Amino acid sequence: MPAEIKTEPNEKLLLSIINNYPGEKRYILSIMQDMQKQFNYLPRQGLEMIALHVASPFSQVYSMATFYKAFSLVPKGRINFKVCDGTACHIKGSNVIIDQIYQHLGIKPGETTPDGEFSLETVNCIGACALAPAVLANDRVYPKVTSAGIVEIIKSYGGHADASSK
Amino acid sequence: MQAANDLGSKLILVCCGTGCLANGSMEVYQSLKKQLTDSEVTVKTFTKPTGCNGWCEKGPLVKIMPDDITYCQVKASDVPAIVEKTIKNGELLDRLLYRDPQTKKRVKSHHQIDFYKKQHKLALRNIGEIDPASIDDYVARDGYKALAKALQEMTPTGVVEEILAAGLRGRGGGGFPTGIKWRAAAEQAARPKYVICNGDEGDPGAFMDRSIMEGDPHTVVEGMIICAYAIGATRGFIYVRDEYSLAVTNLGIAIDSARRHGYLGNNILGSQLCFDIEIVRGGGAFVCGEETALMASIEGNVGEPRDKYVFPTEKGLWGQPTIINNVETWANVPVIINNGAEQFAALGTAGSKGTKVFSLVGKVVNTGLVEVPMGTTLRDIIFTIGGGIPGGRSFKAVQTGGPSGGCIPESRLDLQVDFDSLLEAGSMMGSGGIIVMDDRTCMVEIARYYVNFLAGESCGKCTPCREGIKALLDTLTAICHGQGREEDLLYLEEISQTMQDASLCALGRTAANPVLSTLRYFKAEYLTHIRDHRCPAGICRELTEFEIDPAACTGCGLCTKNCPVDAISGEKKLAHIIDQNKCIRCGECINHCRFNAVLVR
Repeated sequence: MPAEIKTEPNEKLLLSIINNYPGEKRYILSIMQDMQKQFNYLPRQGLEMIALHVASPFSQVYSMATFYKAFSLVPKGRINFKVCDGTACHIKGSNVIIDQIYQHLGIKPGETTPDGEFSLETVNCIGACALAPAVLANDRVYPKVTSAGIVEIIKSYGGHADASSK
Repeated sequence: MQAANDLGSKLILVCCGTGCLANGSMEVYQSLKKQLTDSEVTVKTFTKPTGCNGWCEKGPLVKIMPDDITYCQVKASDVPAIVEKTIKNGELLDRLLYRDPQTKKRVKSHHQIDFYKKQHKLALRNIGEIDPASIDDYVARDGYKALAKALQEMTPTGVVEEILAAGLRGRGGGGFPTGIKWRAAAEQAARPKYVICNGDEGDPGAFMDRSIMEGDPHTVVEGMIICAYAIGATRGFIYVRDEYSLAVTNLGIAIDSARRHGYLGNNILGSQLCFDIEIVRGGGAFVCGEETALMASIEGNVGEPRDKYVFPTEKGLWGQPTIINNVETWANVPVIINNGAEQFAALGTAGSKGTKVFSLVGKVVNTGLVEVPMGTTLRDIIFTIGGGIPGGRSFKAVQTGGPSGGCIPESRLDLQVDFDSLLEAGSMMGSGGIIVMDDRTCMVEIARYYVNFLAGESCGKCTPCREGIKALLDTLTAICHGQGREEDLLYLEEISQTMQDASLCALGRTAANPVLSTLRYFKAEYLTHIRDHRCPAGICRELTEFEIDPAACTGCGLCTKNCPVDAISGEKKLAHIIDQNKCIRCGECINHCRFNAVLVR
C-alpha cells in the first residue's frame, strides 16, 4: 500500500525542533506548532522535553497543548479529512458530509479509524467560502462537495470498498 | 510598477487568493509563465501572482493590463488560447469574459461589473494589483510614503491627532475609536511600549483579514510602524492564525524586505525611530481574538482573557503599554496619513467613517470580498453587489458579526450598515462577515450552530459563559430534535440576559446574540418547531420529511441522480416518489430540483 511513511518521534528529531527556539516560555506555542507539523500530533515525550527546555512545569505545557485547537495528543490517520464547518459551509450542508463520512467510515469528528487510515475533524472556516461546502483531505481542497461527492472522495483514497487499493 | 510603465508591454495578473488557488490558479500561473517564455511572444510580458481579488465566485481570475481585460474561471487548458489570441494578437476570448446575467452580454473588464462598480477600495486598494512578495510593487503604489511623511513632516502627536480626526474605529469587532487608544498609549511614560496586529481572524465565514495579510502585507507593516512612531513603541508583534500559512509566509517576506530597505530596525529612514516586528503564530483558539487573551497567548500562556479594569494601553503585553489593532484597521492607517483625515472622514456615516470590508458569503450569487463606504445598505450589498439569491429561492435573513452577531430579517434590508445601526438592529459589525440565508436555512438550527461553535471556544474561565452556553445549547438542540417546550423560549431569554450581564469578556457577553436576534425576528419558526413538530426549512432532520408534488414534478430524474441513498424512484417523465424509510433528509433533491417540485412537509 502506498501509504506515506510517517516520521516516528525520536529524541534526536524532537531536540532538533526544540533547539530552534530560545528556552523562553513564550516560544512554547511555536515549538508545539512545529512538532505538530512534523508528526501530526504532539508526542508526550516531546511535551516533556519542551517543559525542560523552557523551564516550566509540565502542567503548563500540557494545559497549552489541550487548550489550543491546532494540537492533537493522539496520532491522526494517514488521510485526515477536515470538513469545513464555517457558517457558509454549514448552511450549504456540511452536516450532511459529516454524516456521510460516519456512514461510510464509522468515524465522528475527532476520531480515527482503527486501522489508522482515516481521521475526521471539523474546522471553523478555512476562508474558502466561495467553495462551500469545502472538505480538505490532508492539504487538498475539495470544493462544493455534495453528499454523493464525499462518497467518491472517500473511495478515491481507498476507503469503503478496498483499503488496499488507493 | 515597472511593467505598467513600460510602453507596449503587458502585465498579466493571476489571482492567487485562497479561493482561486483551490480552483487551480497556481497551475494557470505556472502555465502562463512557461508558455510566455517558450513561445515566441514579441510583446514584453510580466506575469504576477496577486492576492485575492474578492470575486471568488468567478475564480480563477486573470487580468491583462493595460488592456483592462478580466478573464473568469480560467483553467490551465485555456492558457494556450490566451497566449496565442489575446497576448499575441490582442483578440478577446469571449468565452472567458463575464456574462452579465441581465443583459446577457459579455463584459470585457471587471471595472464594468456591478460587483465592483459599487465598491470603494481603501483597505483593499492594492490587493489583486500587486505581487505581495514584492516591496517594489508596494512602493510603486505609494507604499511607505505615509511613513516617510509621518517621520519627516509630522510630530508623533500630529499623527495621533490625524487618526483621531479621521474618526477611524477598530475594524475587528468592537469599533472602538483608534485615535483614542493611540492617545492613551502615547501619554504613558512607561517603557518599553508594544504594538500588536491582531490577525487571529476567527469568525467563521470571514476572511477579509486573511486576504489583506496575504495580498498586501506591507500595508499592515507600514501601519504598525506609523503607530510605533506615534506612541513611542520599540517592538511589534503580528499574531496570525497558523492555519493561514500563506499569510504567515507573505508577512515574513514583507518584514524581511522592509528591514532590508530600512523601514524596520534602527534609525528608520534616518530618524530616531527604532522598531522591529516579529510574527507569532496562533494556536487556533477563537477566544484569542479577544485582545487580553491574545496577549496572554503571546506571553506563552493559555489564551484566557482577563477583566479590563486596566486597559492594555496602560498595562498590556508583559504589563507594558500596548496598542492592539485589527489587520483591517492597520491597512487604513497609511491611507489616512497619505490622503489626510478629512478625505477619509468624508466617506461613511456620522458615527462610522471610511469603508468596511465584508466577506459576502452563504446563499448569494457573487460570493467574495467587498469593500464599501460605511452606510451602504444591506440591500445594495446583497442584491446589487452580491447579485441576489441563487437558484430562484427567496431571501430570509442576513447574519452579521460572526458568532457574536445576530440575524437580520428582510424587513430591515434597507438598514444603512455601520457600527451603530447594526447594534441597534440586535446584531453587530464584528469583523465583517455577511452571511446570506435563504428559505432553506433554519433559524433555530443556525442559532444552535453558533452556540455550538462558542461551546467549543469558551475558555471556561467564568461561569456565566461556560455554563450559560451549555444551557443554551442543550435547549436549542432539544428544540431542533422536536423535544422543545414553549417555556423553553423564556428560559433562553433568561439565560441570555444573565450571560450578557455577568460574563467576563466580550465572547460571553455577546454569545447569546444569535439566540436573541432569531427569537426577536423569527419567533414563529421556533414555535413551529415546538408546537407543530415541523422545520419549515427542511433542515432539522427529526422534523423534516421531503415529498414530491406530483403536479409540479416533470420526471426529469435529476433528484434520482443526486440522491446518495437511492430513495427516489419513478418512471421517466412521470412524477417521482420518495421512499421515506430510505431517505436520510440530506436535501440534495430539493437543492437540485429545477421545478420546485420537492416540498418540505
